Amino acid sequence: MSKSAILSSSIAKKYWMALTGLFLCLFLVGHLLGNLQLILKAGEEGKRAFNEYAYFMTHNPLIKVMSYLTYLSILFHAVDGILLTIQNKKARPIGYAHNSPNANSKFFARQMAVLGSIILIFIVIHMSNFWWKMKYSSDPMPLHSITVVDPQSKTPQSLYITHSDNYFPVSAFENSQMGEAQMEIRNGNEFFNKQVDVKMGEGYKDLYSLTVAFFGKDTDAIKANEQAGLAVAFYVLAMIVLSLHLMHGFSSAFQSLGVNHRRYNAGIKLFGKLFSIIIPAAFAMIPLYIFFTK
Amino acid sequence: MASKYINVNLKVWRQKNANTKGKMETYKLDTVSTDSSFLEMMDQLNEQLINERQEPIAFDHDCREGICGMCSLYINGRAHGPDNAVTTCQLHMRKFDDGATIYIEPWRSKAFPVIKDLVVDRSAFDRIQQAGGFVSVNTSGNTIDANATPIPKADADKAFEAAACIGCGACVASCKNSSAMLFVGAKVSQYALLPQGKVEATNRVLNMVRQMEEEGFGNCTNTGACEVECPKGISLENIARMNREFMKAMITAE
Repeated sequence: MSKSAILSSSIAKKYWMALTGLFLCLFLVGHLLGNLQLILKAGEEGKRAFNEYAYFMTHNPLIKVMSYLTYLSILFHAVDGILLTIQNKKARPIGYAHNSPNANSKFFARQMAVLGSIILIFIVIHMSNFWWKMKYSSDPMPLHSITVVDPQSKTPQSLYITHSDNYFPVSAFENSQMGEAQMEIRNGNEFFNKQVDVKMGEGYKDLYSLTVAFFGKDTDAIKANEQAGLAVAFYVLAMIVLSLHLMHGFSSAFQSLGVNHRRYNAGIKLFGKLFSIIIPAAFAMIPLYIFFTK
Repeated sequence: MASKYINVNLKVWRQKNANTKGKMETYKLDTVSTDSSFLEMMDQLNEQLINERQEPIAFDHDCREGICGMCSLYINGRAHGPDNAVTTCQLHMRKFDDGATIYIEPWRSKAFPVIKDLVVDRSAFDRIQQAGGFVSVNTSGNTIDANATPIPKADADKAFEAAACIGCGACVASCKNSSAMLFVGAKVSQYALLPQGKVEATNRVLNMVRQMEEEGFGNCTNTGACEVECPKGISLENIARMNREFMKAMITAE
């Protein structure tokens, strides 16, 4: 048997769809746990929790490996899915004049390619809204700062919070003592002492404020998005589509991998249903919560 | 149940031969007994067409008792029509209302080209069978009696359930992808479950799947339509078993 069968055989293609799909389900759980940091704690504490999480996600080497696996999985899942769909369309050049597919299958099971394409479009827009701004955008992200009132001079001061691991500790207060003239921000979030050219610490990119403002809540750093309603509506719609995609995809992945056993089928189906409702609903709840508590 | 007579409007696919384009034609057929089978209704329509000096409609049929797998027909948007777990010959006209419009089309798949009217060429299934749907048996005079090999009852039952496939092609016809996975899954399973079939298991699944792909059937997306429309109730479990067999073979074959 040729080695290319591992990629080209119709059954092997299904294995890859299943494996990448299930991996992306795991990714969804991780992503959701991260997103929940946005709303689990209120105020400064919540902001701190989320920005710290965002810092961790952009600096941990293991996360880097996982993120590349995720990008690859999304691309592979999409490309393989499109190739399968084209092949499947070709398998019936003349369609039926009268067809009743609802009599034997669910519409979302038949429309996986359409649902998946909508999700792919959502991922592109979603990544350009957050991931791109966090990692590559030429306009610098605002850095996480707090306002402190000096008890002696009684003047409010804006101080940057620093991530001081691996650097000699630079407190926010010391940072401010350096003054604007002496401090410089390089590479988006690194504080440098201009005079001695030494890195004093790293700030947190304020992804919290970016996200919260995007979904309609004013923050100190960024003003609320004027079209937040549209952003929230699109997000919620995408989660409904994701839910339908998972409703078929989750249990279908097990069938593709050959896991079909009378003892476990009911459990897999039930878990798949719960997963495909709870996860997208929890994702959708976050922008809705931000939007309606502004 | 007292028999009743109904009048029906039929929309039937007519196609002269494999090389011409076909189209849907409308026919009116009166006084159809609700006790008649769908194929008897087709016979009645053909009688009418012959009396009118028109070409009768070509359709496949043979045993007319649901066992040969010859009859096909996509009736009102479903393979073998509106009833479940029946072939077209087992479908009765009592399933239709008086004055109903009934669409009758051939199986639609690139791998099942139309030969004439409602008759399609299903030899793709034969070629898949020939690629591996058999066991090689020494017939030189010392053949071992199959019943001498002990087989667990549960395995024998499952193999038998898979072997109930009559190869009618309803799975392909009702699959949105024209996938033949239920057919091939059943044929792979009926041998994979039995000790006699294990000897050639690796090559069987690889060869049958390769032939299935060469014939131009689509890929399975697990919608489950095939299982619902299968007149013999072949389970999706057989597709999963083939997926396992294929994985094993793909990894271990030399």
